Amino acid sequence: MNQAAPTPKENQGDPVVRIDARLKVTGQADYPADIVTANVAYGALATSSIARGKVSELHTRDARAVPGVLDIVSYGDMDKTDKPKFGNTGASSIGPLHDKTVFHDGQIVALVVAETFEAAEEAAMLIRADYENERPSASFDSKGVKMEPAAGKSPMFKEDAKAGDFDAAWADATVKIDEKYSTPTQHHNPIELFSTTAIWQGDQLTIHEPSQNVTGWKVELARQLKLDPANVRIVSPYIGGAFGSKGPMTARTAIVAVAARRIGRPVRCVVNRMQAFGTQTYRAETRHRIRMGARKDGRITAFGHEAWEVTSRPDPYVVGGTSATARMYDYGSVLTHVSLVHADRNTPGYMRSPPETPYVYALENAMDEMAVALGMDPVEFRRINEPEKEPIGGKPFSSRSLIKCYDQASDAFGWSKRDPRIGSMRDGDWLVGMGCATAIYPTAAAPCAARVRLTADGEVRVQCGSHEIGTGIRTIAGQMAAERLGVGMDKVSVEMGDSALPPAPVSGGSISTASVCSAVMKACDAIREKLFAAAAGRGAPLAGSGNAKLDLKDEEVVTETGKSAKLADVFKAMQVGALEEYAEFAPKGSSPEALGKLYAGQSEFHGGENDEDSVKYAFGAEFVEVRINSYTREIRVPRIVGAFAAGRIMNTRTARSQLMGGMIWGIGQALHEATETDQRYARYVNRDLQDYLVPVNADIKQVDVILVPEIDHQVNPAGVKGLGELGNVGTAAAVASAVYHATGKRIRDLPIRIDDLID
Amino acid sequence: MRPFVYERPTSVSAAIAMASDPDAVRVPPTGASTQFIAGGTNLADYMKLGVARPERLLDLNTLAEPALRQIRIDDDTIRFGALVRMGEAADNNDVRRRCPVLADSLKFAASGQLRNMASLGGNVLQRTRCEYFREISWPCNKRDPGSGCAAMEGSNRQHAVLGTSDACIATYHGDFAQALVALDATVDVEGPRGRRTLAFAKLHKRPGETPDIETDLAADELITAIEVPLARWSTRSRYLKIRDRESYAFALASAAVALDMDGETVRSARIALGGVATVPWRAREAEDALQGKVLDEAAAQAAAEAAFADARPREHNAFKIPLGKRTLVRALLETRDLKG
Ligand SMILES: Cc1cc2nc3c(=O)[nH]c(=O)nc-3n(C[C@H](O)[C@H](O)[C@H](O)COP(=O)(O)OP(=O)(O)OC[C@H]3O[C@@H](n4cnc5c(N)ncnc54)[C@H](O)[C@@H]3O)c2cc1C
Ligand code: SF4
Repeated sequence: MNQAAPTPKENQGDPVVRIDARLKVTGQADYPADIVTANVAYGALATSSIARGKVSELHTRDARAVPGVLDIVSYGDMDKTDKPKFGNTGASSIGPLHDKTVFHDGQIVALVVAETFEAAEEAAMLIRADYENERPSASFDSKGVKMEPAAGKSPMFKEDAKAGDFDAAWADATVKIDEKYSTPTQHHNPIELFSTTAIWQGDQLTIHEPSQNVTGWKVELARQLKLDPANVRIVSPYIGGAFGSKGPMTARTAIVAVAARRIGRPVRCVVNRMQAFGTQTYRAETRHRIRMGARKDGRITAFGHEAWEVTSRPDPYVVGGTSATARMYDYGSVLTHVSLVHADRNTPGYMRSPPETPYVYALENAMDEMAVALGMDPVEFRRINEPEKEPIGGKPFSSRSLIKCYDQASDAFGWSKRDPRIGSMRDGDWLVGMGCATAIYPTAAAPCAARVRLTADGEVRVQCGSHEIGTGIRTIAGQMAAERLGVGMDKVSVEMGDSALPPAPVSGGSISTASVCSAVMKACDAIREKLFAAAAGRGAPLAGSGNAKLDLKDEEVVTETGKSAKLADVFKAMQVGALEEYAEFAPKGSSPEALGKLYAGQSEFHGGENDEDSVKYAFGAEFVEVRINSYTREIRVPRIVGAFAAGRIMNTRTARSQLMGGMIWGIGQALHEATETDQRYARYVNRDLQDYLVPVNADIKQVDVILVPEIDHQVNPAGVKGLGELGNVGTAAAVASAVYHATGKRIRDLPIRIDDLID
Repeated sequence: MRPFVYERPTSVSAAIAMASDPDAVRVPPTGASTQFIAGGTNLADYMKLGVARPERLLDLNTLAEPALRQIRIDDDTIRFGALVRMGEAADNNDVRRRCPVLADSLKFAASGQLRNMASLGGNVLQRTRCEYFREISWPCNKRDPGSGCAAMEGSNRQHAVLGTSDACIATYHGDFAQALVALDATVDVEGPRGRRTLAFAKLHKRPGETPDIETDLAADELITAIEVPLARWSTRSRYLKIRDRESYAFALASAAVALDMDGETVRSARIALGGVATVPWRAREAEDALQGKVLDEAAAQAAAEAAFADARPREHNAFKIPLGKRTLVRALLETRDLKG
């Protein structure tokens, strides 16, 4: 075992090496735009340079004159298709070529198709649009934005959480915090660029595109193109970073498909880094006002969380993180309210822990401020407000190991050596600051199907239309099958990322491990049952083992008493060569239609705060040390420690990797990441990876992940809580808290930069 | 990207002859139809973005003259051929030993991959990364003279506070040039009208009313070498670069400092400031303020005040004034504490 492969503790699986590790590091994993495609033509987008108005005329003559240009798809050419829909599978309702209205900067005005990528790009740059230009509203403070309550605007955000009499409790509170916080626009910027390759064979359409939701896209694309979903296939075996950006399908997919049909050739469109800022989704900027009242003894009595979120003109994308913040501590009374602010922007979307990242940032900052106001240690303050039941619905937590996380992380970090006085810790010219915050992420699952086959020689094939977005799900699904069927990982192959496979839910909301593993487990268990029945049957190798418990180990059926029969012999006795099972899993509480909806590309989520019996969350505690130069004020993070409890850990290697990646991202959120919007024109300006900053290797020093053992039988059959989106929640608040400790400056608006600390 | 003709001259004289045309003297090199390309890390980027639009590229990498790829160090100079890669110069132990500020200004620039590609000649001629300059749909006086400046009232956190004009406030982002301008380097230039040696300080032009004219070079002139005199201050020199992240970022503020000390007292100081100005910026006022002074924090502070006395902030970059001052103070004190 090494640092990357932590020794499993109780209820934790082996750090099995990723099935696709070698393929990925040797460049042999074929990402969708790598798929060799015969006779392919290349597409390039032309996009708007205004954020609001109308295209009065599009000049394409120069573009058409570029040698090698085959076609230009633009206004009018999509009329026979249906407009995109906004929702779980659709990024926006804006059909850019259905309508000459410009809703945002960088909106698609045309797709050029040419013999070469270079010709397509050149021609795309030659397309000129005349606009009827209107003054756009960029964000919260712009004139002309429209504000409305968020509650009820999204099926995932039905109402504002409330409990008790906030006003009275607020009025009575002895110590009060009333502060404002904000988080900026962020773009996912996965290293793998966005791309679509469309291939028609007669009426059959195959799309190669990085996707977190192949089944949903199949159905949605079929709707737009008026095809039978059976004739549409989405293939996405590997994804080079997604973070939510490849969850909802964008308008481009159908446009590329139409282009391919028009020219009678496959078309591949790889979107350049700059254009991705306007044609994909992003993390909405948010603003928060938090009012927190407490008694002198540290008990919180009132918690008020109001928030505002930017979205596009037509689509009510709701971030809505108050569901989690309202249930975090034992508040006494709660009042929340979320508002949407419609501006001339593209529609935002999911980005790693979409609601929790910005909302918990605000809450945890306020917690730190309140601890200071109370003169209390911030860890102690959280301990005092640890709830028995969640304050909104009064339900118990299926499990909650937050305090254990705090204890283990603070020990490992050496929190007791922190001198709480501001600016008291120094190392030469560097001010040292230490801070902490809570991480939380709802545990959900959704219906999922899987097919598992076991052959007489012990080969296992797992098929499931889930998506390897880098989390390790392919490995973990294989691990589950290997474990249940008693074979080594070398005998297991796993197929994912294809809508022709048994359907799986969208790979979002950290539901994949729970949903996929539960389905795989179910299929494996059906195989086990058949094998056991056969093995113990009359005349079979283990005949007479009767009621003794059977198990599968090392390609043998084994009994409790130590008898065993080779898998091959059991198959022989059954006179079959392979056993294959198709299983459907639906989480407890699923509607009767839930499984049917799975095939229609809709994922019904269960868990989080929505179950009857309990609320389900994974928790963590993060501790950060910052160093700030006393002259030049640059902020560095020499170390970060996080302890997390998330039910059964399937694989300590992939779990650590997810959490570590999350914390690193959290550091980026705290100190680097922000899309700059030109407020006059509602246009993004830092649209490349030199100017859109994320941490580089040199920024990240020591990152320690502690996997706290936790057993939770309530969450799902696999006992798994998702953790892919846990690690980056809270980090930014921990950094802000450390910056305050070092400097006495409370920076409430992210990212925290030199600008904020210098005077 | 627009199509272009790509040619590979094999000697300096051939390259110059190919670049030479009657118009070349009148157009800035960045607007010429024939342009040189070295590492391509700056030019190819701008060609893809449609900002640079050469019709013909002359690849300098095929030039045969060995001196173009050599670093020559003797008692009183370091001479860099124009095609020496940034990485090579940054990693050269003699350069580091004799003049740390040169090595560090290169080591702290860009990324390993870029440093392996980029040439020193191309490095000093790199164009600004002003976001509005980079994207052709914005008005920009540098890219499209007379069209206006979108940065002036826009997102201008990266922009300059020194040497700006009403037409342009774009920062000169290079690091190496700060060391060169501080150390009185010279540049050897060859063109159809002969050879000349230019003070490095004269190479770049402030934007004034013509921000499209960035250098003193004509389109058919080639930089062949950069020469840095070595003197008492060379070893006691340092480059301090402050940026938003630890690596792979341009300077928000930087200082190249070389000190000639007589005990505690400054005999003479050489100072340049990066990240804050429109051109490589020699801070003569700061140097004068230090001359003959005991270099303590107060003296460093006074020098920093002098350096930024004429600074003009815009909406989002005012922090660069205190940051620039603090960077200089820290750089001066750290350089003082180096062994001479
Ligand atoms: C992502 C990124 C980050 C970067 N970060 C930094 C940084 O932190 N600090 C920093 O200093 N730089 C940085 N750079 C800039 C980088 O250093 C320059 O791009 C590089 O030095 C240019 O050298 P080149 O040989 O590639 O030039 P090219 O791109 O080939 O040429 C640049 C220009 O110089 C001209 N030219 C080249 N050689 C000659 C010659 N001998 N005579 C006349 N004209 C010539 C070309 O015609 C062109 O106009 C960064 C660049 C990128 C892309
Ligand atoms: S600052 Fe200069 S380069 Fe930037 S937009 Fe203005 S004129 Fe153009």
